[in-house]
Amino acid sequence: MTKTKIITSYIILIIISLFFITPFYVTLVTSFKPLNEISIATMWNFPKHFSLEGFIGAFKKLAPNMKNSFYLTIPATIISAILGSINGFALSKLKFKFSNLIFALILFGMFIPYQSVLFPLIQFFQKIGLYGTIPALIIIHVIYGIPITTLMFKNYYEEVPDELIEAASMDGANLYDIYTKVLLPISIPGFVVVAIWQFTNIWNEFLFAVTVTNNPAKQPITVALVNLAGSQVVEWNIQMAGALIAALPTLIVYIVLGKYFIRGLLAGSVKG
Amino acid sequence: MSIQKRKSKIGFYIILPSLILIGIFVYYFIFWTVRTSFSDWNSFSKLLRGVYNFVGFRNYQRIFMDQRFQTDLWNTLFFTIFFILGSIGLGLFLANIIDKGLKGSRFFQSLFLFPMAIAFVVTGTVWSWIFAPGNIPKDPQGINLLLKNLGLEKLQWLWYTSSESIGHFNLALIPVIIAAIWQMSGYIMAMYLAGLKAIPTEILEAAKVDGANERYIFWKIKMPLLKPITLSTMIVLGHVSLKIFDLIYAMTGSGPNNVTDVPAIYMFELTFRSNRYALGSSISVIMLLMVAVIIIPYLYSSLRKGVST
Repeated sequence: MTKTKIITSYIILIIISLFFITPFYVTLVTSFKPLNEISIATMWNFPKHFSLEGFIGAFKKLAPNMKNSFYLTIPATIISAILGSINGFALSKLKFKFSNLIFALILFGMFIPYQSVLFPLIQFFQKIGLYGTIPALIIIHVIYGIPITTLMFKNYYEEVPDELIEAASMDGANLYDIYTKVLLPISIPGFVVVAIWQFTNIWNEFLFAVTVTNNPAKQPITVALVNLAGSQVVEWNIQMAGALIAALPTLIVYIVLGKYFIRGLLAGSVKG
Repeated sequence: MSIQKRKSKIGFYIILPSLILIGIFVYYFIFWTVRTSFSDWNSFSKLLRGVYNFVGFRNYQRIFMDQRFQTDLWNTLFFTIFFILGSIGLGLFLANIIDKGLKGSRFFQSLFLFPMAIAFVVTGTVWSWIFAPGNIPKDPQGINLLLKNLGLEKLQWLWYTSSESIGHFNLALIPVIIAAIWQMSGYIMAMYLAGLKAIPTEILEAAKVDGANERYIFWKIKMPLLKPITLSTMIVLGHVSLKIFDLIYAMTGSGPNNVTDVPAIYMFELTFRSNRYALGSSISVIMLLMVAVIIIPYLYSSLRKGVST
């Protein structure tokens, strides 16, 4: 490549980066401003005095919801990853009649607009008395997470040579042993990918959260953030700090484990 | 091979619980929504009474005659077109630059992908503030303020509160489309990057030896090889856009005269704000059909391929 070409590439990259950074920049500078510096006329300016007012205010309002989000996201992620792993094992290594049809039926569940199940879903949770609770959301995310986690683990285990399974069978291992002693030990990267994917999606999810939990004390952070922004308060520093706080857990996961996040993204688009 | 048989029997039993759950929570609930859409449950008291009155397609007739829903369909159409074109355009462009392997491209790649880790409601909240017009021209806000500071007052605009349109395309959708492209184009870039990495270097080398220039290599060699990926990206983006809810809910809501309204928002308001469950369900069914039209052939073909390889 010629030098001018390299330079133009960098210039283009930097210009596009500005587009990507802009929302982040506004959020950051606003959230560090003290309330008396919040004015629309200076929204692009750097804060004159750094202040944690916004973060303290946002944290006070959002802390209970953040806790809800953790209570919801962590168990749902763990359960759905385990379920996906077991299903993936069955679909990749224990092929049975109609297994492809069954896989397709399961997979379709990840593409549906959840609006098409929402009304009966809520009636169901009202009937069993779980409406408006975190466990209801956990159940929802575990069940609607089955297609994607099954898909990811199926693809993951298909890379494991069948000979490995057969060799273990020959040695007299039963299926339980094969799964726990042969597959699970080599599944850790798979679990990381699936767990990151589920964690990010469940943490960020909004439609189920806003329709299934009506009590503000039970709502996950995404719903609380929208309510905070919709309340027409002019404390923009609190709103932007709130947005940052809501994004922080998934952002940290992305920064620390980005490689696995990308793998999950690519696995999520079905095997072409 | 009785061991094989036993194995596959166990395989089926392992899947069975998940299959039952999906059967109930996906298929049976879809059936229930369809059933609701054919009922007269358009008030809380009627639902409470629980008497099922079959009214045929009456809810569908009503919803298709509804001006707001018609606007929603147009909005979805234009949103989908520009969102897909923009995301694929930008994503492919970025993938090509990153693929050159310049120093620091890892960093840029991570930067372009980070919006995918963040909730639509978070970015919607922030973009809503950036595109808020303020009182133009004197007291502008967000982008308009930036334009004023740059001396480009003429470009100030009402953004998502604008009621201008070109044909059926509500221009207020433009900021929403920009926000959606911002969020998703990194994903598209990652998909194309994976595709570009999979192209054997011998093919590209051979083309270079034959004297092909970069443009020719891109359009005549890379693009045809990337076709399956382009199809996947269109499916991914298409089904996201048909279902779009969070971003619009957090960023603009339905807007003045429903300029930024979409079926998902209307469905939400009908079902959860005004207790018109049957009408809301009919929108859900329409959304499901729109998604199914693109997803079922895609699933069918990609799973068949999976069997043969």
